[in-house]
Amino acid sequence: MNNFEPLIAVFSCHYCSYAAADLAGSSRIQYPPNTRIIKVPCTGRISVNHILRALECGADGVYVAGCLEGTCHFVSGNFKAKQRVQSAKSLLGEINIEPERVQMYFMSAAEGSKFANVAKEMTETIKELGPSPLKGTNTQ
Amino acid sequence: MSLREACESGKFVVTAEVAPGKGTDVEHLLKDAAIIKDRVDAINVTDLQSSVMRLGSMAFCHLLTDMGIDPVFQVTCRDRNCLALQSDLLSAWALGIRNVLALTGDHPKLGDHPTARPVFELDSVTLLDVIGKLNSGVDMVGNELKGAPDLFPGAVVNPGADNEAAMDLQIMKMEKKIEAGAKFFQTQGVYDLDAFEKFMKRIEGFKAKVFGGIILLKSVGMARFMNKNVAGVFVPEPLIQEIKDAEDKVQASMNIAVRLVKGMKDLCDGVHMMTLGWESKIPGILDEVGL
Amino acid sequence: MIVAERKPMEEILAEIEDFQKILVLGCKGCTTVCCSGGPKEVETLSTLIRMDRKQKGKEVETLEASTELQCEPESVKPMLENLANQYDVVLSMACGAGVQTVAKLFPDQRVFPALNTNFTGMAEEHGVWTEACLACGDCILGKTAGICPVTRCAKGLLNGACGGASEGKCEVSKDRPCAWQEIYHGLKRLNLLHYLKEKPQVKAWPIHPGKVVREDLRQEKAT
Repeated sequence: MNNFEPLIAVFSCHYCSYAAADLAGSSRIQYPPNTRIIKVPCTGRISVNHILRALECGADGVYVAGCLEGTCHFVSGNFKAKQRVQSAKSLLGEINIEPERVQMYFMSAAEGSKFANVAKEMTETIKELGPSPLKGTNTQ
Repeated sequence: MSLREACESGKFVVTAEVAPGKGTDVEHLLKDAAIIKDRVDAINVTDLQSSVMRLGSMAFCHLLTDMGIDPVFQVTCRDRNCLALQSDLLSAWALGIRNVLALTGDHPKLGDHPTARPVFELDSVTLLDVIGKLNSGVDMVGNELKGAPDLFPGAVVNPGADNEAAMDLQIMKMEKKIEAGAKFFQTQGVYDLDAFEKFMKRIEGFKAKVFGGIILLKSVGMARFMNKNVAGVFVPEPLIQEIKDAEDKVQASMNIAVRLVKGMKDLCDGVHMMTLGWESKIPGILDEVGL
Repeated sequence: MIVAERKPMEEILAEIEDFQKILVLGCKGCTTVCCSGGPKEVETLSTLIRMDRKQKGKEVETLEASTELQCEPESVKPMLENLANQYDVVLSMACGAGVQTVAKLFPDQRVFPALNTNFTGMAEEHGVWTEACLACGDCILGKTAGICPVTRCAKGLLNGACGGASEGKCEVSKDRPCAWQEIYHGLKRLNLLHYLKEKPQVKAWPIHPGKVVREDLRQEKAT
C-alpha cells in the first residue's frame, strides 16, 4: 500500500486550469506525476457520466478544474460542473464508493502554483483512500 | 330546550365543546359534560379533531343524549365518502342526535396518521346540501328514504382570515353554506372584538345565527402557539401580557373570556366556548356574565 | 409531462441482482424532459450498475437503448424485437405506463422499474416540478383561472377555500400556496370573481382503470 501511486483524471478547462498547468510546467514547479489531464473547452461540458466513466476505466480519483467563480468564458460552465461533481459524489455514495474520490477546483490561468498544489492535495487524498474499489477484481 | 328551540327563541345561545380522547376512556369527559349540562344549550363533540385518530363523535354524542344533553355532531369530510357520510347522518338521527356541524376537516397530514388517504369527496358546502336532501326524504342521488331525519344543520366560519383573498373566500363560502341550509355558525376563536364587529357588519343580513368562538387561553405558550400555527386565530399581545403578568393565570384567562363573552352579547347571537379540558370553568364565566 | 424520479440505487441493484445481461431502456418522452429516464440517465445508470458489479467482482453486461415513447407499443415492439436474445432483463427508465407496455408486449420477459412515477406536472424552473393534473376526466380549468383545485388544493376542494390557509399558504405545507387563494387572485385579475359564487358541485369520480375509445381511429374498424 505504501508504494501505491494513484491514477488521477483531471478535466481541465482550456481557458484556465489547462493554461495554469502549462504555466506550472514552464515555471518548473514540481507536482506529482499521477495526474492525466483531459482538456475540455469548458468544464460545463463535463457530464456526470464522464466522471463516472473515468473511475470505471481505472482512475482512482477524478477532479474537475474550472475557472474562478464569476470568470467562466461561457458565463456559468464552472457552476454547472460544480453541480455535476456534487451529483457524481452522491451517486458514488449510493454504490458505496468514497465520494471524496471526486472533487471540484477553481483556478485562474495565472495560478500555476495553485495547479501544482491541487495536484499534490488530490494525490495525497487519494493515496490516503487507497486504490479504487473497482480495481480489486478486474481487468480493465 | 334544544339547540334548535334556543335558536328559534332568539335567546343568547351558549354552546360548549368536548373532544373525545384516544382510547375508550370517557368517564372524565362525561363528568365535565355533567358540570355544564344545565348552563349550555348544546355541546359539540369533535370529529377526530386535528386529524388525530380518537374515539368517534357519534358514539360520544349518543352518550350525551343519554344524559339529556343536546349534542352537536361534528362531521368532517376527511375520512368518509358520500356513502359513509350519508349513512352516518342517518345513524346519528336513529341514535337521537339532532344537530350536525358540517366541516371540511383538517388534512390528515396535520395529525398522527400523516400518510392516511384523505377523502374530501364532499366538502362543508356539499355536505350541508346532502343534509338538506336527507331531511327532505331523499339521498344525494335522489333515492327515497324510508323515514327521513330532521337534522338541524350548522357550519363554521373564520372571521379572522388573514388577508383580503382569504376573507372574501370565507364570506363567499359562508353564503354558499347558508344557501345549502346552514342555520347556525360557530366561529373560530375570537380575541379582537373590534375586528369581530367589522366581520359581523360585513355579514349583516345573512340569514343564520352566529355564535362567536371563545377559546380559553390556558397559557402564554398556548397563545403564542395559536398565533403561529392556527389559521385565523390571533391573540393580541396585550392579552398575552395580561396572562403573563397575572399571579392567578387561570383567573386571568377567565377574566379575558368574561370580557369577550360580554362584548359578544351585543354583536352576535351566542357564544361557542372551546375550553380544551377546562370545561369546569364555564359555569364561573357564565355567572360573571350573567348568563 | 409525467414526472418521475430514479429509485435509490440500492433498490435498483437488488431488483437486477440475479441477472447478467441488462437492457437499460430509457424513454425519449416525459422522463427525458424531467431528466430522470432519457438517454443521458440511461448512460449514467448503466455506468453505475457496471461499477457496482465490478466492485463486487460480478460479471455484468449492460445494453443501452431508449424508445421514442415507451407507452406506445409501436415504439417499443420493434426495438425490443431487434435486440432479442441480447439481454435477460429489462430495466425500464420510463414511467409506470412505459414499464407496463413492455410487460404487456413481452409477457415472458422480466421487466423492472428503475423509476418511481410521481405525477403529471409542470416545470416551475429547471430542476423543480409540481403536480398539476390528476387526470380526473372533467376539466374545469376554464372556471378557475387556469389553476386546478382538484390537484393543487391538498383537499381537492371544488367549492372554495377550506379556511386552513395561513398567510396564503396551505395548511399542509408552508411551501405550497393555497390554490383557492391563487384562484381568487386569478379570477379577480380577469374580472371573473362571480365564478366563485356558482352553484356548489360534487365531482363524479371516474372509475379506474380509465379507458378512452375512439371508434374513428380504430384499425379494426377500417379494415
